Amino acid sequence: MAARIDVRKTYKLYIGGAFPRSESGYSYIVNDAKGRFVANAALASRKDARDAVVAARKAFGSWSGRTAYNRAQVLYRVAEIMEDRRPQFVQALQQSEGLTTARANAALDAAIDRLVWYAGWADKLTQVVGNANPVAGPFFNLSTPEPTGVVAVLAPQESSLLGLVSVVAPAIVTGNTVVVVSSFDRPLPAVTFAEVLATSDVPGGVVNLLTGSAATIAPWLAAHMDVNAIDLVGVAGEQELATELEVAAADNLKRVRRAPVAEPDWTASPSLDTMTDFVEIKTVWHPMGV
Amino acid sequence: MLAAMPPSPTADLTGLSDVTASESSLTRFLHGLPGVDQVGAEARAASLATRSIKTTAKAQALDLAITMVDLTTLEGQDTPGKVRALAAKAMRPDPADPTCPAAAAVCVYPDMVATAKEVLGDSGVHVAAVATAFPSGRAAMDIKLADTRDAVEAGADEIDMVIDRGAFLSGRYLQVFEEIVAVREACARPGSEDAHLKVIFETGELQTYDNVRRVSWLAMLAGAHFIKTSTGKVQPAATLPVTLVMLEAVRDFRAATGQMVGVKPAGGIRTSKDAIKYLVMVNEVAGGDWLDPDWFRFGASTLLNDLLMQRTKLTTGRYSGPDYFTLD
Amino acid sequence: MGIDLTYAPAPESRSIVDLKASYGLFIDGAFVDGHGSGFKTISPATEEVLAEVAEADAADVDAAVKAARRAYSRVWSRMPGSERAKYLYRIARIIQERGRELAVLETLDNGKPIKESRDVDIPVVAAHFFYYAGWADKLGHAGYGEDPQPLGVAGQIIPWNFPLLMLAWKIAPALACGNTVVLKPAETTPLTALLFAEICQQADLPPGVVNIVTGAGETGEALVAHPDIDKVAFTGSTAVGKAIARSIAGTDKKATLELGGKAANIVFDDAPLDQAVEGIVNGIFFNQGHVCCAGSRLLVQESIADDLLERLKRRMSTLRLGDPLDKNTDIGAINSAEQLARIRELSEIGESEGAERWSPACELPSQGFWFPPTLFTGVTQAHRIAREEVFGPVLSVLTFRTPSEAIEKANNTPYGLSAGVWTEKGSRILHVAGALKAGVVWANTFNKFDPTSPFGGFKESGYGREGGRQGLAAYLKTEQGGR
Repeated sequence: MAARIDVRKTYKLYIGGAFPRSESGYSYIVNDAKGRFVANAALASRKDARDAVVAARKAFGSWSGRTAYNRAQVLYRVAEIMEDRRPQFVQALQQSEGLTTARANAALDAAIDRLVWYAGWADKLTQVVGNANPVAGPFFNLSTPEPTGVVAVLAPQESSLLGLVSVVAPAIVTGNTVVVVSSFDRPLPAVTFAEVLATSDVPGGVVNLLTGSAATIAPWLAAHMDVNAIDLVGVAGEQELATELEVAAADNLKRVRRAPVAEPDWTASPSLDTMTDFVEIKTVWHPMGV
Repeated sequence: MLAAMPPSPTADLTGLSDVTASESSLTRFLHGLPGVDQVGAEARAASLATRSIKTTAKAQALDLAITMVDLTTLEGQDTPGKVRALAAKAMRPDPADPTCPAAAAVCVYPDMVATAKEVLGDSGVHVAAVATAFPSGRAAMDIKLADTRDAVEAGADEIDMVIDRGAFLSGRYLQVFEEIVAVREACARPGSEDAHLKVIFETGELQTYDNVRRVSWLAMLAGAHFIKTSTGKVQPAATLPVTLVMLEAVRDFRAATGQMVGVKPAGGIRTSKDAIKYLVMVNEVAGGDWLDPDWFRFGASTLLNDLLMQRTKLTTGRYSGPDYFTLD
Repeated sequence: MGIDLTYAPAPESRSIVDLKASYGLFIDGAFVDGHGSGFKTISPATEEVLAEVAEADAADVDAAVKAARRAYSRVWSRMPGSERAKYLYRIARIIQERGRELAVLETLDNGKPIKESRDVDIPVVAAHFFYYAGWADKLGHAGYGEDPQPLGVAGQIIPWNFPLLMLAWKIAPALACGNTVVLKPAETTPLTALLFAEICQQADLPPGVVNIVTGAGETGEALVAHPDIDKVAFTGSTAVGKAIARSIAGTDKKATLELGGKAANIVFDDAPLDQAVEGIVNGIFFNQGHVCCAGSRLLVQESIADDLLERLKRRMSTLRLGDPLDKNTDIGAINSAEQLARIRELSEIGESEGAERWSPACELPSQGFWFPPTLFTGVTQAHRIAREEVFGPVLSVLTFRTPSEAIEKANNTPYGLSAGVWTEKGSRILHVAGALKAGVVWANTFNKFDPTSPFGGFKESGYGREGGRQGLAAYLKTEQGGR
């Protein structure tokens, strides 16, 4: 029997809860780990980045205004749906990272577990990093973390799912909204993740996912005056680019999570810094009297 | 109809008279006054208390404070002899120094008014009498009015009445208002000058500054000439922040109506240093117009001697001692 | 009727201060000459020269960093926290004992009223050292891991508005966490930092733990650029903060930036008005408005605007401007001719843009740098005086109609350091405080500071926190576990 001609798909961007093509019209070929064609992915442009920032800003008010309990539920729901889509993720991981079925399953397990772990932080971080302050006077004084705002996330290039979840979840669980630039060579797990988000309870605009080149898009995000923070882990090892981005980020004093010299081991237990780097401590004073 | 919000400087008397038309309008008005934040008010009072009044300013302030003293004795053991001595002291606080001014008044129970008046005559030092079942105010209205009329007939220049704190705290503002109006009527002295009415709140029993502000407005609306903190029989008596709130009230009342009302902190003011803090507060909160015995008084007994000692220190350059000042 | 109670002059004696003709740099526990050309520091109230101060060039900065590095690796990072604590307690106690001397010197060099240096700056400085002293041997309980490690050498640059207080905010937590420091005070206010150096000697603090390098912008740049510092802590303008952020890009240096602000002070119609007036006055006229968190934009609900302004003007008329050493002075001198020029320029722009300018009758001394307490009414968000930090005693008054409009206007700025909200309604306070993008929200109060209370901004007001448990994070390696 002759082989069936398969339906080839062009993966699109995920912005504001919708899946648009790149505004530029460009796409790029995504090959698997062995160099075989897998799909076309949208090649995000600076204008896509701009639109994604607008969508993220628009979503910020209501997402950050939700109860922590609700954000926990929403993130946990994402984990549930990822479980539902195991075969699709496993296949994407195998294609992208060239993993064996067993290793792809293990990576997926870790990614889902990571999401569950962060989901649980939603209503605990305030208790762990906030506190009452015993000031020397008749004042009630409370310090609590609040989300920084819109965070640009350059997702890791190698760990296309566990790494992605490990940078997106800590940013959004506290109430930030994100614009993510996925791994250039390995975008498929990210695209699948976007499809999960779209069918879960994550409001449109909370996570915006751009496939494409960090070197092209990141400078626009780093310099964007309505982006409050940037995670540079996606350009790990690219010292020159990372420095340029950090310089650009200084224009509006973005909070910067610097690029490490090499992509970190994502299987290690995360630190609280993954969340606290993108929160602001707010301290409120009020007199105590009758 | 005056809005139930901060008294605007343009509010007129017509508007304010509507306020007292009914219990509900009065309550609305008093509860609509801006709140007082305790911590902020106390911080402001404490900050004014750090003013450093030295040399010529101090001399001026000490003399002014002496002229504002209502020299007070309100004891069960008061006798004509004690009151006569006090009256003599009020006229000549420092017998050794003729430049020393006289006190404002002596403040006594109604039955001692005649005795005090006998000594003071037309010296210019007034006789003030506490009335209306002082200090608790717990008596029937006709008794309070009779108490007042007795004192007025005996020649009291000023009546220091107490409000019914129970009525105030249970929200019967109109009753308190009407009592003050009635007592003020009882201060009338046909054919001669009416006695001036000071209204004592007993702020230590009212507790909150919100209550102090409300009762200040209530008394001023009812026609008080002076508003006074305390009887001296309840702790805390006068404090700087309570007086601050009352000074703000008379300031705002003048802005709203054009009428000035005096303020009298009483009880617990014992030192010149304290008295000067009050004067600074009067100066900076109500304004220099109130730096006058017609508009500001101290209800005190031991304060006078400390003022005299400090005065002597300023003039002689050395510290004095209690042996050099008369004890009454 | 009434009398004019004129306050006689009540100057604090300056004889308690032993001013030297010249001051060197404090490096490795000793005062040394600088290689720069040196500069004069003056009293802004009189323009009298107070002293000659050494200027540190790059080589001096290098010597200071080397001394700090030596002290870090050989002594300070190895010392048990309980021993570091005792040095900090000692310093705190000496600051209390020499409080009057420090206050007078601060007032001389800075121009701020003695009332403020005596009652606010210096007591809070001592409190800061006491507070962080106690952390030094409890860091494992601070929530940053069981045995959090110091960063190393911290380069610290502080402004002229609260010279010794900003020094305390920088040095106390750094030392408590086991770091050593090189600190550069502002060029117009170096003297209390140099007296602090003497206090370090008096406390027998090991040489090199604290180094003070005086100088201007170039000295600061050399410090930030030095390859052997691990941390930059800066308080100052947003422009310089951005330059620092660029300068350390691509390095491993951590940074805490405490920058400018344009705080909204929001007064609702149900506010405790008299206290709100005090809060407004304290918010903008405290320290001549030389306060990054100053409440420089008054947002008042339209329904009470006239009444509030009437009260505010009356209150402003009682402010006493003059000799900073006089105990009754409320408004002291502007810190420098440059700052005065900036305040004048922005005020003139305010007028030319159509805002109405008002100041109480107020006689300005003929010598020195002075600016009267000033308010502008009829200001909108489009006016430059409503957007740019004046850093002076100049208040812009804007009005609003609804809570959402107030919040929107308050947040409509690139800054996010502080904000104020005045209302007697508790639920409104919590809602508005939550919605304000500001690191510190003062509700029914303003400009309160405490060592236990974290301070720092959102957005372009900088990052990192100073004070409180959170202030430790700025001086510890906090990254635990993986990413």
